[in-house]
Amino acid sequence: MTKFLEVNNLSVGFPTPDGLVKAANNVSYSVDLGETLAIVGESGSGKSVSNLAVMGLHNPINTQISGSAVLNLPTGPVDVITADTEVVRRLRGKVMSMIFQDPMSALHPYYSVGDQIAEAWSLYNEGSKKDGLKRAQQMLDLVGIPAADKRVNEFPHQFSGGMRQRVMIAMALVNNPSLLIADEPTTALDVTVQAQILSLLKDLQKEFNMAIILITHDLGVVAQVADRVSVMYGGQVVESATADQTFYKSIQPYTIGLLDSIPRVDITGSHRLRSIPGQPPSLINLPAGCAFAPRCSFASEVTDNKCRVVEPELVEKRADHFARCHISAEQLLDISASRAGK
Amino acid sequence: MSENILEVTNLTKYFNSASGGIFNRKKGVVKAVDGVTIKVRRGETVGLVGESGCGKTTVGRTVIKLYEPTNGQIIFDDQDITNLKRREMKSIRSKMQMIFQDPFASLNPRHTVGTIIEASFTIHGVKPVGGTKKAVGELLERVGLNPEHLNRFPHEFSGGQRQRIGIARALALTPKLIVADEPVSALDVSIQAQVINLLDDLQKELGLSYLFVAHDLSVVQHISDRVLVMYLGKVMEEAKTSELFLSPRHPYTKALLSAVPIPDPQLERKRERILLQGDLPSPMNPPPGCVFHTRCWKVQDKCRVEVPQIIQIAPNHSLACHFPEPAK
Repeated sequence: MTKFLEVNNLSVGFPTPDGLVKAANNVSYSVDLGETLAIVGESGSGKSVSNLAVMGLHNPINTQISGSAVLNLPTGPVDVITADTEVVRRLRGKVMSMIFQDPMSALHPYYSVGDQIAEAWSLYNEGSKKDGLKRAQQMLDLVGIPAADKRVNEFPHQFSGGMRQRVMIAMALVNNPSLLIADEPTTALDVTVQAQILSLLKDLQKEFNMAIILITHDLGVVAQVADRVSVMYGGQVVESATADQTFYKSIQPYTIGLLDSIPRVDITGSHRLRSIPGQPPSLINLPAGCAFAPRCSFASEVTDNKCRVVEPELVEKRADHFARCHISAEQLLDISASRAGK
Repeated sequence: MSENILEVTNLTKYFNSASGGIFNRKKGVVKAVDGVTIKVRRGETVGLVGESGCGKTTVGRTVIKLYEPTNGQIIFDDQDITNLKRREMKSIRSKMQMIFQDPFASLNPRHTVGTIIEASFTIHGVKPVGGTKKAVGELLERVGLNPEHLNRFPHEFSGGQRQRIGIARALALTPKLIVADEPVSALDVSIQAQVINLLDDLQKELGLSYLFVAHDLSVVQHISDRVLVMYLGKVMEEAKTSELFLSPRHPYTKALLSAVPIPDPQLERKRERILLQGDLPSPMNPPPGCVFHTRCWKVQDKCRVEVPQIIQIAPNHSLACHFPEPAK
């Protein structure tokens, strides 16, 4: 079954004087219309870099990109990695859009928000400037900005952080895209505002039947909105499954460690957090074997030091549940169950 | 000796903004902190939470007198420090230290780690037993860093390691109280847990008291014994941690808690959220009556006129609301 976006073996590298930074390494994921895929990982895990490649936003001069990212459009499939830059440019903003973490630096301070939304609209639609502003006002209304008729003429600095993020969403959706990539859209916002924005994204997804890729480091946000989850570490996808499988039946040591290390607001009482020892790997000098092995508490369960020598593949270990680990799913679940019991 | 290491009573801090100047702009007053009372017992961790702009950082900085308080009283270790001059504060500061949010901005990039930590000793004229070098090495070891790294520069360390250096610097003069301003919010999840555990261990070993300022309620819940919730410069609710999180009585606390995502998809699907409308009002022009009334879902006429006073409703639980939620 083909999905709307299928990313296959995507690698992104940046040559530097110190060596090639392997920011994304054979990354594969897919997302369908109406579905939300969350890509989770810590800083430097490659989650933004691979999605910027899908949007065609890397500078081709200093980036090495390989692999494929196929958009299955009604008019036929397009591989945005190999396609002509002009073709990708025509898809950007029309078929796929992106919103970023910091809504202040993503908006132009000299132009009113209405002008900026109208500009995005006029790229793909015939009509006067007045039509564009009218459309901008509709969009502001849609994303829940009160008094849209007045605010359409205001400038970004007159909006609060949450309202600016709404403006960004309005701009991204002005041409009814099929794919929305949201890169940490609520990280800069307060929790009460975050809740507003996430529920807005969910509502808009239903209305427009969009595919959403949500890039985040916050597992709480993932639990709230994701249908599927891909966990990234050291430039690779290490686990890919439905949200429930990821949270309740994870079969990948890094995911298990991540879930154990976060404090939860609904569990009171003092217990010690089980932190993951050590640091994330350097992307220039990735460790041999499994990138997570030096920090992994399960690596000692594998004989012959295999984790430090052989790189595990991303394989389907259970139905629709992919993981990158030398230990079998059953053994991992047994070990983590016995550890939780202690 | 009082049981409280820190007693802050009715603290206010106003900032004047844009006074005159060439554009002759109207003079305004930002009421960043407006009548806050906090007590921190010895060996206790008090969490201070709220959204950005609620004044939590200003409270932390005023308590340690990086800002001069506009009004109110600060008693630290049985001594009134409210009106102490800069010079007089110096000896006090060795007993109260601060950990900052951004481990990239709070360490001098041109100084080695050794110099950065040593500075605490030099400034306060302290000669540690066994020499400064040895003391610095021991501090680094205590926070989980290799003591041989004291000749390295901050850029050679990761964010989590740099935050450990900031903690080592704060510990150098064996303080009694540490004001930690968002100490883990700049760190990755797996590293965050390491630093939280370190702060926990240090408290047990050294009997430290923490005033823990943060916006992440999950972290605050985990580390604090008591929690104060702030909104627009005022304390809305204060309670023992378990009580505040299991049975919040103030509508704002309740909404705030319901907005925090929980890493549990099945729970998230059936959770009911109280979605607050709108944004935080400007602290230059706070609403009359209860400051929260513009966003409160239980608002009534009384709230728009009368400022609710903070009252104790149970042992270890007080709040400022005309119409509190029933106890669970």
